[in-house]
Amino acid sequence: MSTGELHPMDKYLRRDRLPHIWCPGCGMGIIMNAFGRAIELLGIDPKKVVVVSGIGCAGRASGYWGFDGFHTTHGRPIPFAMGLKLARPDLHVCVISGDGDLLAIGGNHFIHAARRNVDILVILVNNFNYGMTGGQVGPTTPERARTTTTPYGNYAEPPFNAVWLAASSGAVYVARWTVYHVRQLVKSIMTAFQMRGFRVIEVISTCPTDFGRRNRMPDPLDNLMYLREHAVVKKNPDPKEAEIRWGEKFIIGEFVRIEGRETYGDRVRKLIEIAQRRM
Amino acid sequence: MEYAVKPGIYFWSGNDALAEGAIFAGCRFFAGYPITPSNEVSERLSWRLPQVGGIFVQMEDEIGSIVAIIGASWGGLKAMTATSGPGFSLMMENIGLAIMMEVPIVVANIQRGGPSTGLPTMIGMGDVQQARWGTHGPHEIIAVSPSTVQECFDLTITAFNLAEKFRTPVIILMDEGLSHLYERVRVPEPKDVIIINRKMAKDPDGYLPYLPDKDLIPPMAPVGEGFRIQTTGLTHDERGYPAVNAEAHNRLIKRLIDKIRKRKNEIIDYQKYRMDDAEVVVVSYGSAARSAKQAVDMAREEGLKVGLLRLKTIWPFPDELIYSVAQKVKAFVVAEINEGQITREVERAAKGEAEAHWVGNYGGRWIYPEEIVDKIMEVI
Repeated sequence: MSTGELHPMDKYLRRDRLPHIWCPGCGMGIIMNAFGRAIELLGIDPKKVVVVSGIGCAGRASGYWGFDGFHTTHGRPIPFAMGLKLARPDLHVCVISGDGDLLAIGGNHFIHAARRNVDILVILVNNFNYGMTGGQVGPTTPERARTTTTPYGNYAEPPFNAVWLAASSGAVYVARWTVYHVRQLVKSIMTAFQMRGFRVIEVISTCPTDFGRRNRMPDPLDNLMYLREHAVVKKNPDPKEAEIRWGEKFIIGEFVRIEGRETYGDRVRKLIEIAQRRM
Repeated sequence: MEYAVKPGIYFWSGNDALAEGAIFAGCRFFAGYPITPSNEVSERLSWRLPQVGGIFVQMEDEIGSIVAIIGASWGGLKAMTATSGPGFSLMMENIGLAIMMEVPIVVANIQRGGPSTGLPTMIGMGDVQQARWGTHGPHEIIAVSPSTVQECFDLTITAFNLAEKFRTPVIILMDEGLSHLYERVRVPEPKDVIIINRKMAKDPDGYLPYLPDKDLIPPMAPVGEGFRIQTTGLTHDERGYPAVNAEAHNRLIKRLIDKIRKRKNEIIDYQKYRMDDAEVVVVSYGSAARSAKQAVDMAREEGLKVGLLRLKTIWPFPDELIYSVAQKVKAFVVAEINEGQITREVERAAKGEAEAHWVGNYGGRWIYPEEIVDKIMEVI
């Protein structure tokens, strides 16, 4: 390994863990970069940043950051982050994990953490399939798309509109960007860091190795071009409009931004005050 | 001083005593999901924890519950969940996470009749081997098993102490019978009880999250203080980095097993009753041990030389103790409300020196002392 500063984000990474496991053309590098840049631009003390992740490609994020990192079980980063945040309200507790992890096996925790307004920032990496296990159909796979478990095309599994799911469950910040829209993504992560409550940023990512290869985009660049050509930035979009149909335009932007709503931690601490007054 | 649990004499159910024992031990975070017959534990803690500045969370399911307490424990709080069979089954994977990440947590399983939904409101003791082997992969586990309401209080404190000392999940194997039984409980002065807190790392410089001390246990680091904690359920090296190879795996798993197994004498606890001249020894635990004690007294009145070995901790299993007793007696009678989950352990540990006979039922009712006496007569 070379010793010089290779990248401006190196200071936040565990360079002794490189090379990473992500495939060439994977969107995770862009997402990592955006996350690190947001922290740098805001001047957040890296000691106070915690990354919790689940299992899958995106779940490996916690292990490459130099922040305190917790690589938990499949689907469970949100309840882990919730327990940690309640115990340590002074920390920036962030979840970086994939669509399968957060919306399929961990879907129950996702909606309930949103309902409670648990004070965590969730980076939901959506690459339309289960990359780590070989490209199976997931809860966000567009209809008709091919995966290793939809060899005839995805005719059976309608996808979640993750934006609408988060918004209708109670998230106070919901945005969607793609790995092509880096500047907006950095800005959005900065906005989310400065807010409190359950904040979700869905990042549409690329998976040329699994998803792209089976959907006529074997070249990493084609995957990015697809996002450039199909993602449409809209001001004040309606979460209901955020569904993604393969081959059609889809909406990105800031869907929900609610300031000042009490967080779960606020409520729990208020409850403690009430209980102690009544003793 | 202000007491978290005021010393004195109380009339509590087993579930009440367990909840108060947790508070006494320093538990300040509880996450759980409603399930009979454990509900009085969470109900009491929802009332009592906020009074002592603690956090009570009713989660969306048992998986979320156990994961939330693992997160809270990393956050520095002593943390517990309580459940029963179906919920215990759901928690299995993340008991493994706590073993692998070496996180002190306490899981109370108020056993009922199973499998599946089984007998929600009725006694069972069928999760003993599940507590031992329920999470996948080779591992060691600690489990305590109270037989009186006083012990529901005392052994809950023990469970927290062991979890903190060994950085590992500890299971309280209680049962429906005891959970709803009311008895006298004495709460001692805090100064008369040893409370163990986890060993903490002090210097972030060069800190390696999984570099063990001589006792095979690595100090835990506080989150958010620049220790650059790195932890995963994957097989990992001293840095906490994934090390997916046979050598690292065997080294890690051996240490996780040895840190408990090599010091099991600091864990194992039991009570001998009328065993001095016994020819037959009844081995029992939990609620079943109450019937067993009465059976021993009844048999003694008949002039039979019978004693009781009551296990207060189940895992690690007291192999050496059973073997030493086996050399002196003719047979063991193991009384338990399951199909013989500890009977097979006794048989194994006795190494042929004495036979082990099961007496009990599969759940739904206590064992009648007469049934145990009959079995004693049969084998003596």
